Amino acid sequence: MRLEPLEKRSTFRMIALPVLALIFAMAICAVLVMLSGASPFQVFGLMVKGALGSRFAALETLTRATPLIFTGLAAAVAFRAKLWNIGAEAQLYIGAVMTVVMGTGLLPLPWPILWPVLMISAMLGGALVLSVPTFLKTRFGVDEVVTTLLLNFVALLFVSMLLEGVLKDPMGLGWPQSKKVLADAVLPRLVSGKRLHLGFVIAILAAVVVWIIDRRSALGYEMRAVGHNAKAAHFAGIPVNTVLAKTALLSGGLAGLAGWSEVTGLKGNLTLDLSPGFGYTGIVVAMLAMLHPLGVIASAIFVAAVFVGADAMSRTAGVPSYIAQVMVATSLLSMVSAIMLTRYRVRWR
Amino acid sequence: MSAPVLSISRVSKRFGPLLANDAISLEVGPGEILGLLGENGAGKTTLMNILFGHYVADEGEIRVNGKVLPPGEPRAALEAGIGMVHQHFTLADNLTVLDNIILGTEPLWRWRSDHGEARARIRQLSEDFGLAVHPDAVVSTLSVGERQRVEILKALYRQARILILDEPTAVLAPQEATALFATLKRFVARGLSIIFISHKLGEIMDACHRVAILRSGKLVAQKDIADVTRAELAELMVGRLVPQPKAVAQEPGVPLLGLAHVSVRRGAASLRDVMLQVRAGEIVGIAGVSGNGQSLLADVVGGLLPPETGTVQVNGAPLSAISPRLMVECGVARIPEDRHAEGLIGDMSITENVVSEAYRSRFSSHGFIDWSAAAAFARTIIDDYGVKCPGPQARVRLLSGGNMQKLILGRVMNANPCVVLANQPTRGLDVGAVAYVHEQLLKARSNGAGVLLISEDLDELLALADQIAVIYQGQVSPLMARPMVDIGRLGLMMAGQGFIHGEQDHAA
Repeated sequence: MRLEPLEKRSTFRMIALPVLALIFAMAICAVLVMLSGASPFQVFGLMVKGALGSRFAALETLTRATPLIFTGLAAAVAFRAKLWNIGAEAQLYIGAVMTVVMGTGLLPLPWPILWPVLMISAMLGGALVLSVPTFLKTRFGVDEVVTTLLLNFVALLFVSMLLEGVLKDPMGLGWPQSKKVLADAVLPRLVSGKRLHLGFVIAILAAVVVWIIDRRSALGYEMRAVGHNAKAAHFAGIPVNTVLAKTALLSGGLAGLAGWSEVTGLKGNLTLDLSPGFGYTGIVVAMLAMLHPLGVIASAIFVAAVFVGADAMSRTAGVPSYIAQVMVATSLLSMVSAIMLTRYRVRWR
Repeated sequence: MSAPVLSISRVSKRFGPLLANDAISLEVGPGEILGLLGENGAGKTTLMNILFGHYVADEGEIRVNGKVLPPGEPRAALEAGIGMVHQHFTLADNLTVLDNIILGTEPLWRWRSDHGEARARIRQLSEDFGLAVHPDAVVSTLSVGERQRVEILKALYRQARILILDEPTAVLAPQEATALFATLKRFVARGLSIIFISHKLGEIMDACHRVAILRSGKLVAQKDIADVTRAELAELMVGRLVPQPKAVAQEPGVPLLGLAHVSVRRGAASLRDVMLQVRAGEIVGIAGVSGNGQSLLADVVGGLLPPETGTVQVNGAPLSAISPRLMVECGVARIPEDRHAEGLIGDMSITENVVSEAYRSRFSSHGFIDWSAAAAFARTIIDDYGVKCPGPQARVRLLSGGNMQKLILGRVMNANPCVVLANQPTRGLDVGAVAYVHEQLLKARSNGAGVLLISEDLDELLALADQIAVIYQGQVSPLMARPMVDIGRLGLMMAGQGFIHGEQDHAA
């Protein structure tokens, strides 16, 4: 068996293969579901119902997709420039820290001013966290995969320290949590009585902005050029290190916004369980979207639906909700294979 | 001719709409060197990949010593005694010569490998065929010529009787190429057969007994070398007469590029106190054996490597804080040595590649790129420079080497540069493309640009350059006017005569 590169990437392959990949992933999960003693049809049915089957479920899925769109964009932006940012989790948390530092009483401003201030603070926080590994990479050649990954743990422990110390809510009955953000900082709900908040709309806008940057701006061009061939980009006069630094600011900033949106839109304060790995899942979201900024929206909603659906299903069917992790993982693996097959033809002998 | 060792009969291979091989039939006898001549994209490599089992032919069959070779099985080809030396070496840099040679020849499930016997056999082969290389040297420490010997030894170790060499001289200095030809003669004297793939006519004439010429996937002719002339071969290969470049005499003008006392070091390579001047309307050629500081010189002029001491002047103005962008802005057209690694971004479109030097200055406002203007510019370049491609949106990776070089020429030459830096601009190109590059360099010269041509091809320098200097271990000789140049003396200078020796403190 060998791979022959295709001269042209056909649209048919670009669409059919990812769809087939998802069907393949579902088939594997069906086997696992059967092994755990349940009917795949029932389980998948319950999952679809739990994720999309009612107004409540669908809104809940979109709520869960919101931070994933931000972290997915963060990963997509960085990966396009081949800056391997595995640290969106850390950037998310530091973005959240900045939000509660600025937004819990330090600046008693009305919302039209407070919102941008908090957004910018969160973005700066996230950007700063990614800037350090990027500087180490461009200046000393330190592998950013290692540094960004390890910073996730540093950041989480740092947040833990803050929540046990200076940021601890004196009225919090001793729980490690921050004060609630000001009422003016809170993002309104999109549907009254449901959890979906304005952060979702802002996430979509962010995706559109990133798409425009990617397609139309000189920076987007530079980022792609550096990602494809940094040596040739340097030769042509593109300032590679500056471009990587800008990429880091954009990527870290987007991840920081995930922290901001979770705090001001959903939780109201900062706790250690603000993110159940949104930063890591963002990588999956970006890969499933083939790093396309608008594709990130769809893949974030898909991944969110799997998780929300699996939660609902496990309550009724008795299959552990871990099946969601397996589904996302197999989808990712089969999608990565499918992406490769859009470029190559397999020759059996 | 005695019974053929290898016979290829009516082999066809189609890639989508492209007929890469059209019913090709060839035979190779024992003790024969067959030259396979053709331009890039003529189907030489495809044919050899079919022979070696990398591709499966759509039609036709291959026989070795009368037995049909099962298609698509490299192992079967190996066992039948076919050995291939690729243009791009397939060696593991971090292993020794010995390890590289025996890699893959040993049974998988064995605790220890029998190095003693292998070493003895490699020694024997080296001696028999005059392929001197130390079996315990680590490959990363070897020169390109030595690596090629390892590749050949690898094939011989596996008892190859038919050796395929794909563009073997592309990476070699002239002396190394001559040594290789002598080695090949020894092989065939021992009854081996060789297929020598090349697009360089001189080599085919020197090394081969017989030549088969491919053009656009078809076998257009088979000739004995004794019966053909170089010009006939060129015409058969290209399908038309190839014009030779002619430089019209003209008076040079003001100095456009000046290097004064430039010294710089990078790793083990260095430039030492380089003095160089290029005037308007002249081509200055830099001759030298590969690896004597040519790439450093090119990188200094190209803006990639700021000199440690000394000054660089472009158009009379001394430059400080040298960068690639500054050089572009000063009007230096840079044709890099390596099209794939430095010149172009293979996975991006033609449009995206032609604007890579000017996207900030010409094609964007407020940080946004005007892609329709960029695409129009790309179409202009495609038309003006005759780039064969499906359109401006095509990915550059799909273009042939010659078309890639045309694209680079278009990108850098369209702005009427004042200085042209061409570093090995014709390396790896076919005859037609070489002529085109030469034509463009001469056109820049007649437009009053100063051209700095760095080349390892002496014929090219002698045909084009008004003045020639030799580079040796980072030192550049004074310029010599072309009529004064004596080829014998040039060769001696390339080997180091007349340069300062001794004080080369090698860093690692």
